[in-house]
Amino acid sequence: MLNFTIRRTLISIPTLLFISLIIFLLLNLAPNDPMAQVPLTVPPEVKEKMREALGLGQPLYIQFFKWLIQFFWIEPQVFFDHLFGTTFSEGDLRIISWQTRSPVMDIIVQRMPQTLWVVGMSYIVGILIALPIGIYSAYRHYSVFDQAGTFVTMIGYSIPPFFTGPLVIVIFAVQLGWLPSTYDTLHVVIDWDTFVIQFKQMILPVMVLAMQTTAQISRYMRASMLDNLNQDYVRTARAKGLSEWTVVMMHVLRNSMIPVVTVIALNLPAIFGGAIITEQIFKVNGIGGQLIGAIYSNDLPTVQTITFMFAFLIVFFNLIADLLYGLLDPRIRYD
Amino acid sequence: MTETNKSHTLHSKPRSKWRDVWYQFRKHKGALIGSIVFFTIVISVMFGPLVWPFEANEINIRARNQGPSWLHPFGTDQLGRDTFARMIAGGQTSIAVGLAAMTLSLLLGSFIGVMAGYYRRLDGLLMRFTDLFLSLPLLPLLLVMMLLFREPLSQAYGPERGMFVLIVFAIGVTSWMPTARIVRGDVMALKEREFILAAQSIGTTDAKIITRHIMPNVLSPILVSATLGIANAIITESALSFLGLGFPPDFPTWGRLLNDAVDYLQLYPERVMWPGLAISLTVLSINYLGDGLRDALDPRIRGR
Repeated sequence: MLNFTIRRTLISIPTLLFISLIIFLLLNLAPNDPMAQVPLTVPPEVKEKMREALGLGQPLYIQFFKWLIQFFWIEPQVFFDHLFGTTFSEGDLRIISWQTRSPVMDIIVQRMPQTLWVVGMSYIVGILIALPIGIYSAYRHYSVFDQAGTFVTMIGYSIPPFFTGPLVIVIFAVQLGWLPSTYDTLHVVIDWDTFVIQFKQMILPVMVLAMQTTAQISRYMRASMLDNLNQDYVRTARAKGLSEWTVVMMHVLRNSMIPVVTVIALNLPAIFGGAIITEQIFKVNGIGGQLIGAIYSNDLPTVQTITFMFAFLIVFFNLIADLLYGLLDPRIRYD
Repeated sequence: MTETNKSHTLHSKPRSKWRDVWYQFRKHKGALIGSIVFFTIVISVMFGPLVWPFEANEINIRARNQGPSWLHPFGTDQLGRDTFARMIAGGQTSIAVGLAAMTLSLLLGSFIGVMAGYYRRLDGLLMRFTDLFLSLPLLPLLLVMMLLFREPLSQAYGPERGMFVLIVFAIGVTSWMPTARIVRGDVMALKEREFILAAQSIGTTDAKIITRHIMPNVLSPILVSATLGIANAIITESALSFLGLGFPPDFPTWGRLLNDAVDYLQLYPERVMWPGLAISLTVLSINYLGDGLRDALDPRIRGR
């Protein structure tokens, strides 16, 4: 297992390098000019100097190499310094946003909590709803509950978040006026009343994101339960005289959770992608909002960094899912 | 000879595969309703402009911001344009993008899948490639592609056509991976079967084996992923338009209309409903269609 873990981790390094190369080439070979916003009155030789200051005069492979060093060597050092008060990164050039002229990572660190809070909460809520639905649908296969569950998950698949978002805003914020339509990032929880406000403003974005999660996870849970319910060991457990609860929840559920857990790990990065749209609808001031803002204002370093962070999340959770599969199921041995 | 043939099939008429598929498909009520809804939507957006009296971009500032009426069943927008006409025009774009992107992604996916499944020496390389694509962050990358290539393509082909080419290409190259994986698996299983061996033994070339023997047999998974591909492409296109990185503002698509309607959410909340419902209904019907098609094309389920 350890051997496999090391091998699998090493494989993801070239994958990440290749993805970073794709993102880098896409951004740098594209026919657009970062100097396009500079007024025409600026003389060409000054423009050329500005271009060099942005590091654009050098050949592509040097730019790529320098970006890699910035991302994998300098930024972790900055993080380390921040944690322990050391000065490893002093004087090093960090990845600078063209938009704000400040380090990209600093802005990401500011924006990250909002995204994590909303996305993480929606994922947990989604899973908590999905698992019981999946279990019961499989246990009462072809019952009314199962049919209704299938229909609801089909709807959850088909209705995109950019429709459910405005829809719940119309219903709960405009018509009923129960909940706020936007997410106020500056809101600080200090006592019970502010907690209630925070809770209320989280309901809508979490609900919209959780609906997608619920639809997917409950399908997997149901399919996995159905696979297991007809196995011989279930009949044995029933024949032993175990209660129905013990059979389903202890024996079947534990075995059915193995593929579901890996799916949960695999889908997490996709949820971050989906959060881009949800953040836009509810005006959540998170990573997705930052990405969209950077795209609108042609801020390539920020776009590059955030896109690569999403790629990193995907590769990382793929790795986690693979390892979990081996850990949870003793029959699967990679060595 | 004809006489003996007839006596063999005395009890039942000769049955073709597609007739069986149709019989099985009809049994799936959801799929039947889904296909009726989908084809109704397609036909109405295709022929709607011929029947409907208003143009999508016809501005009538006196009739702006109207609610639903007999003249304008879906109301009018802030410039007095008929929402129903805009919905039809938007549907044409959305469905055309969906079909074109699906075709591109199917061609790519089937080609890579067949190559990886049939030629063992290509398998490792192509599947690595597929895995790499699967670990790309698709939505951010699509947004970046829109950002970077919008201007040059608009200049080269005109704003609408350039955007169409770009969106179809972007969705196509980022959505072929599931098809490739499914097709590869099926081709690998088929390759070991006797009829392929027989074809090889009489000296059939690889190209002919693939087109005559492999492709017809992997048609059903390709058809199923085609339906899912349309749904996926429509949703992606709408998401891009919704984020303001799709077609130009005066060119209606369902996502664009939804984006415009969100600005007037407080005043005219009903405007969000039409494009949102259209997208959801189309995608839902396609998903049911695909579900039924999968059951109907599976010979193990069919006939039961």
